[in-house]
Amino acid sequence: MDATVLRLDPAVAIRPEPFGALAYHYDTRRLVFLKHPDVVRAVEGLDGRTVTSEVLDACGIDPGRRDAVERALVSLVRSGIVAEVGP
Amino acid sequence: MTSLVDQLEHGLSAPICLTWELTYACNLDCVHCLSSSGRRDPDELTTDEAIAFIDELRDLGVFYVNIGGGEPMIRRDFFTIIEHAVANGVGVKFSTNGTFIDDEAARRIAAMDYLDVQISIDGLDETTNDAVRGTGTHATALAAARRLADAGMRDFKLSVVVTRHNVDQLDGLLALADELGAQLRVTRLRPSGRGADSWDDLHPTDDQQRTIHRWLLDNGDRVLTGDSFFHLNALGESLPGLNMCGAGRVVCLVDPVGDVYACPFVIHERFRAGNIRRDGAFTEVWRGSELFRELREPGSSGACASCGAYDVCRGGCMAAKFFTGLPLDGPDPECVGGEGERALAGAGPRPVSDVDHSRRPRTVTPVPVTLVAK
Repeated sequence: MDATVLRLDPAVAIRPEPFGALAYHYDTRRLVFLKHPDVVRAVEGLDGRTVTSEVLDACGIDPGRRDAVERALVSLVRSGIVAEVGP
Repeated sequence: MTSLVDQLEHGLSAPICLTWELTYACNLDCVHCLSSSGRRDPDELTTDEAIAFIDELRDLGVFYVNIGGGEPMIRRDFFTIIEHAVANGVGVKFSTNGTFIDDEAARRIAAMDYLDVQISIDGLDETTNDAVRGTGTHATALAAARRLADAGMRDFKLSVVVTRHNVDQLDGLLALADELGAQLRVTRLRPSGRGADSWDDLHPTDDQQRTIHRWLLDNGDRVLTGDSFFHLNALGESLPGLNMCGAGRVVCLVDPVGDVYACPFVIHERFRAGNIRRDGAFTEVWRGSELFRELREPGSSGACASCGAYDVCRGGCMAAKFFTGLPLDGPDPECVGGEGERALAGAGPRPVSDVDHSRRPRTVTPVPVTLVAK
């Protein structure tokens, strides 16, 4: 995950909520809960150019929370909210 | 950390699942109509008001709106409204009886992005369906479905309300949806609207509740349910989906005259939160109404407190309790632990809604629904 480059799928909209955010994929009609503000910050930091580890550094994720955020990103890739950008 | 369900129960900045009934007008007279539709209300939102409402939903970040009625396609500005919504990033899922889906409408629908269509059909055969929805409605729904399929529309929905008479047809309905390139959606029958008159005769029996639970566990990944069967979780394994009552927390209903209710199944003054014309705008009603604030408070589990299943069934459906005269903090009338039947035996009077657009005067006392072969 650290060395991959990710971006938010262009068909996804994000809406902030007290618990984190909602993400909705307009093409697949999939609604996903971003259950922690750290995950929201990480997703918002994805720019399709920077490798994930640097994105997580840049948005100041607490080292103790990093694994959890990475796991969340893996799951978001699986659900199509976030997409891997080719090398 | 508090669970997601706990957090959602405190409410969201905007609803996830907003139902908007465009009109009370309907060409049909289904015996279980949740909104007691039939006649148009003279006070329904104008086209300009409908457009302004969509703009507000866009600004709130509402991802999609569930449009229903009545029969929404009866409105002459139906396509104006849905095209404006989709163009503004508010996806549309609309429910129709299919009457007005001619070839041209089918082509227009199939060509639109972010549009989902649900065609209501309540039985695999004419006898089962037409007893509930009216003579000829099975043929009409199927014809509309075939027109959509022929126009290239993929994954439209066949939407079935599960009743005592169609539980055994679920496999057949799933096969029918497959054959049409459609998706099956099954939802729970509620004693709301005219459903109050037919619920006693149509709601699934205790044995059938078990059948539905098993069937949903076996087929749940291929079938949409609107997460409406969470009362069945008390049988053991939990069904997929958000297992909670979303009324006023993640769900609400806006009716054709702009009244906001806690959910699509509680059109009754007790659950009216405000009006989008009179009380500022929708945003103010959603965020500030006293009713919604009350619904977002932690609920009491009341008579269910000592039941081990409460954590998974969460006391069931508020609307089902309310319209069968049961206390809101007690068991669901279809509680699979048997508490529903006991509670119903001692239930209070059944509340009757002050909103009724039925074309025929309704009897307040429940009337039997019988299946008559043609």
